[in-house]
Amino acid sequence: MNINDFIRHFAEQFDDTAAEIFKPETEFKNLDEWSSLMALSIISMIDEEYDISIGGSDIRNAKTIEDLYRIVENKK
Amino acid sequence: MQDNPFSLAGKTILITGASSGIGRATAIACSTMGARIIITGRNAEALAKTRSLLAENDHSVILADLSVDDDLENLVDECPTLNGLVCNAGVGGLIPIQNITKKGIDRISSIDLVVPMLILKSLLRKKKLVKDASVVFTSSAAGVYRVSPGNAIYAAAKCGLDAYMRTAALELGHKGIRVNSVNPGMVNTPFINGDLFSEEQLESERRNYPLGRFAEPEEIAYGIVFLLSDAASFITGTSLKIDGGMTLK
Ligand SMILES: NC(=O)c1ccc[n+]([C@@H]2O[C@H](COP(=O)([O-])OP(=O)(O)OC[C@H]3O[C@@H](n4cnc5c(N)ncnc54)[C@H](OP(=O)(O)O)[C@@H]3O)[C@@H](O)[C@H]2O)c1
Repeated sequence: MNINDFIRHFAEQFDDTAAEIFKPETEFKNLDEWSSLMALSIISMIDEEYDISIGGSDIRNAKTIEDLYRIVENKK
Repeated sequence: MQDNPFSLAGKTILITGASSGIGRATAIACSTMGARIIITGRNAEALAKTRSLLAENDHSVILADLSVDDDLENLVDECPTLNGLVCNAGVGGLIPIQNITKKGIDRISSIDLVVPMLILKSLLRKKKLVKDASVVFTSSAAGVYRVSPGNAIYAAAKCGLDAYMRTAALELGHKGIRVNSVNPGMVNTPFINGDLFSEEQLESERRNYPLGRFAEPEEIAYGIVFLLSDAASFITGTSLKIDGGMTLK
């Protein structure tokens, strides 16, 4: 698992936000396209791509994409 | 019919998902109303806890992972002849449409739709349901009365379950077997109190309930007890909405 792939999968969930916007330090909950449904998409993407179950609290505890990446990595 | 048509005295009832939430509350309520209960689930410790909470009678506990075909058949084989079935075990999961996978569909619909179909079928084939038996499925307000984002698989499974319930009521009426469902809104059980929703999300959802709160599991159990009892002897093919008025909004 590496952070660049994670960011790519993360960005793929979005339709109207340019791929360049997504960086390790991006505070994803501030993005215009962020929503509770998008949170479910991210949770589902992590399950599908990494076979790891995260919950709503993991999303709440992460500020940046890198924070979330670390949370997922720690569950491996 | 007995003096008190609401009593379950003399009835033997199988309850799936009895290790937690609505199933546990239903087992307790049925035992209080005089029934002998067969409780089943996967978690032996949690089932033992349910067993300890039942009013005294000759109850039994059968461990079964209903997603495993052999466990399901073994459960049916071990069951005595039944006056009632409460097919209640279920799982949730929120997956937006664009993230749906076959694995996700299988995980949710196997327990919420396929298992109820197979349990009823197997009990019938093995002649385990008496002539005037009552079958109750725990369906949901979700899908049947309301849809919400992310809940497509669950909603489709519960809608399918309600359609199966009505078809079964039609097919089995000539045997005197009644088939109904209860359709709860949000109920305070581990099902919704896991990690999926934040407290703020639950608080905002509570505002959709005219009664201002979610149900306690007992409040669903009492509806199930009624449908199991002779008091409901002319009710079949009905979805009993128990939602604190949520779907009125
Ligand atoms: N809570 C709600 O807001 C709500 C609303 C509408 C409808 N419902 C429906 O109500 C029913 C009961 O839910 P609940 O709220 O009581 O949830 P719960 O507390 O999570 O209980 C679910 C039960 O299902 C059993 N179960 C799950 N997978 C199983 C499997 N593979 N094999 C055997 N048993 C399995 C669990 O047993 P083990 O843990 O022992 O495996 C547990 O006893 C479900 O059908 C649910 O869809 C709930």
